[in-house]
Amino acid sequence: MQTLQDTKTLNVHSIESFGTYDGPGIRMVVFLQGCEFRCLYCGNADTFDCDAGDKTHIDDLFKEATHMKSYFSNGGGITFSGGEPCLQAKKLIPLMKRLKEEGMHICLDTNGHILNHYVEEMLQYVDLVLLDVKHIDSDQHEKITGRTNENTLKFAEYLEANQKQFWLRYVLVPDLSDQLEALHRLGQHFQDYTQLQKVEIQPYHKLGVHKWELMGMEYQLPNTPQNTPEQIAFAKDIYEQYFRDVVVN
Amino acid sequence: MPIMIHYDTRPTDRRDARRICNQKSKLFDNMITDIENDVEPFVAGVWNDTIDVRDFVMKNMTPYDGDASFLQPATEDTELLFDICKQAVKEELANNGVRSIDPSTISRINSHAAGYISEPHEKIVGLQTDELLKRAIKPYGGPRVVEKACNEHGIELDPKVKEIFQYTKSHNDGVFSAYTSEIRKYRSLGFLTGLPDNYARGRIIGDYRRLALYGADKLIEFKKADLENMDSPMDDYKIRLREEISDQIIALKEMINLGERYGLDLKRPAANAREAVQWVYMAYLAAVKEQDGAAMSLGNTSTFLDIYIERDIKAGIITESEAQEYIDQLVMKLRMVRHLRMAAYEEIFAGDPTWVTEAIGGMDHCGGHKVTKTSFRYLQTLYNLGPSPEPNLTVLWSPSLPEGFKKFCAKVSVDTSSIQYENDDLMRKVRGSDDYGIACCVSYQEIGKQIQFFGARCNLAKTLLLAINAGKCENTGTEVVAGIPALKNEVLDFEEVMGNFKIAMKEIARVYVDSMNIIHFMHDKYYYERAQLALVDTDPKINVAYGIAGLSIVADSLSAIKHAKVTPIRNEDGLAVDFKIEGEFPCYGNDDDRVDELATGITSHFNDQLAEYPTYKNAEPTMSVLTITSNVSYGKKTGATPDGRAKGVAFAPGANPMHGRDTHGAIASLNSVAKLKYESAQDGISNTMSLIPKTLGNDDQTRVNNLTAVMDGYFTRGAHHLNVNVLSRETLYKAMEHPEEYPQLTIRVSGYAVNFVRLTRDQQLEVISRSFFDKM
Ligand code: SF4
Repeated sequence: MQTLQDTKTLNVHSIESFGTYDGPGIRMVVFLQGCEFRCLYCGNADTFDCDAGDKTHIDDLFKEATHMKSYFSNGGGITFSGGEPCLQAKKLIPLMKRLKEEGMHICLDTNGHILNHYVEEMLQYVDLVLLDVKHIDSDQHEKITGRTNENTLKFAEYLEANQKQFWLRYVLVPDLSDQLEALHRLGQHFQDYTQLQKVEIQPYHKLGVHKWELMGMEYQLPNTPQNTPEQIAFAKDIYEQYFRDVVVN
Repeated sequence: MPIMIHYDTRPTDRRDARRICNQKSKLFDNMITDIENDVEPFVAGVWNDTIDVRDFVMKNMTPYDGDASFLQPATEDTELLFDICKQAVKEELANNGVRSIDPSTISRINSHAAGYISEPHEKIVGLQTDELLKRAIKPYGGPRVVEKACNEHGIELDPKVKEIFQYTKSHNDGVFSAYTSEIRKYRSLGFLTGLPDNYARGRIIGDYRRLALYGADKLIEFKKADLENMDSPMDDYKIRLREEISDQIIALKEMINLGERYGLDLKRPAANAREAVQWVYMAYLAAVKEQDGAAMSLGNTSTFLDIYIERDIKAGIITESEAQEYIDQLVMKLRMVRHLRMAAYEEIFAGDPTWVTEAIGGMDHCGGHKVTKTSFRYLQTLYNLGPSPEPNLTVLWSPSLPEGFKKFCAKVSVDTSSIQYENDDLMRKVRGSDDYGIACCVSYQEIGKQIQFFGARCNLAKTLLLAINAGKCENTGTEVVAGIPALKNEVLDFEEVMGNFKIAMKEIARVYVDSMNIIHFMHDKYYYERAQLALVDTDPKINVAYGIAGLSIVADSLSAIKHAKVTPIRNEDGLAVDFKIEGEFPCYGNDDDRVDELATGITSHFNDQLAEYPTYKNAEPTMSVLTITSNVSYGKKTGATPDGRAKGVAFAPGANPMHGRDTHGAIASLNSVAKLKYESAQDGISNTMSLIPKTLGNDDQTRVNNLTAVMDGYFTRGAHHLNVNVLSRETLYKAMEHPEEYPQLTIRVSGYAVNFVRLTRDQQLEVISRSFFDKM
């Protein structure tokens, strides 16, 4: 049984008050605990566990966010990321509602795997979704994340149908997600999405390797090199054939 | 307007005869042009009848709302001159930081012959001595310090100079003849440090614009009238003022002579843009020839000079390129200002700083802004002459400033890390004037109407340890404050420690005020700033500027005591040499009220304590949270603290959170600092933010936009000051290894900027160890 306290606390992995890569402007990024994916390259392996993290009262998060409001003049706001924030959608609803009443811009950075009625309700308060698509091919997606991409693609359809703007984020991993054919297929799949505002290519990095070790797990891609500038330019080139705004983060 | 023909007194063999001719006729031409072209007359006002530069500025300035596209690169002459300067600086660095010293001539307004970088190319003339980067002696602060400085560079101080001080007293002699034993103890144990008792106090800003607007004759006239008004009956106050005014009048007369040495007629007002720049510089030069105060700010000159520049451009007398040339050459001269310091001075003020602080921008009381094209031109010098710590360019920021200017400032920060920002809305509201400059790093000073008495700072972290050690110094066991009981509990109890801490603060404050009163009494007596004060109203308002160091250590320590379990580990004498900390506690720098309120509370409490005691000349007490680079040396003198900081470890600079403890990222860190109330630290609250470029955003445009938003956000939250560094740790490491490749690498530290390569290795490492916000 949940106590009253539980319904008002979120499991927070960490807070970055000066996020400049997770949505427009300056963002307070709340990294939430828990994820049902197990991406081979995950940079935040310490968010996997749903029950870990700091139990943070939504009042405290609300307060910290309001202190940041004056920094949001160039389109900034608050971004819920993770882990997978949709896992805590029910508890996020009242917080987002209050943030929205304060006029704050809200981003949701999600892998799009969960779309229940809590997530749908939560999306009402979200201004912009950052949808992480790990691979367009379902088998490859499963190989990378442990789950198929069926839900993620449905999530995108839902956003399109409900006129919810989103950016598509794509982690470009050498040999894992940078196949020529896959890039074109993704382009073809999404090219007619009117709600898709921007595509962000995220080059592969190894900054989170130590976290796997800290968690007592073995890093899955020890031999994968970082992308060469040519590989990044190549992928960008392909996506630009389908999308207006493609950036490399 | 009287037309003066100038006769140069320098030997003619040093000059090219034809050029003399040209120069004279050019000067003459300008005056003729004035009359013939009939440049627009200035809008008249109160400034015509009384000294009121602000009124002149308000009535005549042209606010500029555009972007930076009009700016011009350096001219050939400027580049040629600056190449000579760069070479001279190189020689200086190679020669242990000093190019040459004149050990015989006591520096006064007229002590040295005219000096040039390369005369034919100089649009703005004047050097402190007769040779570029030659340092002069100013022994009135304390001749022993000057002698030491000379010796450290293998030079003997002229026996004549030593002899003079056998018959006369210096500031330093005066202070020590009056110091109490308490003050000496607090000073030698490191509770009070960096006190200006053996060097010049600085910080007083002359209104250097006055010389350009009124000319020396008129200023003398006004001062004479003030002197007349100080009539019978004579009392202490009037006698002192009469002596001061008389000295000021002499200084003004000497400024006229200084001008004559350079062929300039400073008796009359400046007639055009070039003269206005030149006159302002001459007034400033007089000040830095006489005084080697730690900070010798320039004031707020850009908008004033813009009036002359705009007028000349409009009349077709000068081009944009010439306008930029005047400013570039003025700034070049300011970059070449030097003082002779002894090596120990480096500990508190590292990197040979001069604090030629110039405040740029800001709003006026009527809701308009004070940004002009010349505000841009000053910043443009950081491109035309490259990045530099001096002059200490300080942008008075308001979210209401025009976008074009805000964006340009942010771009300059991203490119050069050379400017600092201060909250104009806050200072105007709390302090009252919209015509102010910044003394040193963060200290508000109404230009020409107000001065301040610099008070260095006291070590608040060490003061906290008195509370835990029954009033004894944690290093030596010496009793410092009587009446602090030994703690009853083994585990530190918040209320008990706090009670003792308040007793310690009260005592430190009392002794600190005593020391300030003695120091400034003596400084006025033995090392009076006649040149600066000649350009300030007679009997100005005065602030005494106290300071504290170690605020973040104190806040975190109190937080640890309150929220975790802290047990001192004591040596055989009962002194706490270390602390065992069990449990977690919130740290300052994460926008967490539980600890931020402790920082805020201590700041205002200590500020109130300082205000309890009478001051010399009834100066109004203010306090800063600022360390310069002394955070390293303060750390060395301070034992382990209850926050887990080990003995000897450097403090965070200024009001910064301790390195690595601000785990919520840059904005949360800024927000903690923004909570400190400016009302209780009106001498300024310094904060330094270092970011790697990528943290600010993915591309140049985003970086500029985000930095602008940071500034808007931070100052809207009521914060006071921000240094912005945009560079990577790798660059700093590389500069440590290959200093010769980074002669101009500039980094902002508490309230000023330094050439990174001029810092000691300890200080370099400390800068590198600081929080660099590098999350993405
Ligand atoms: S979805 Fe994100 S948080 Fe979850 S495993 Fe993949 S990369 Fe990690």
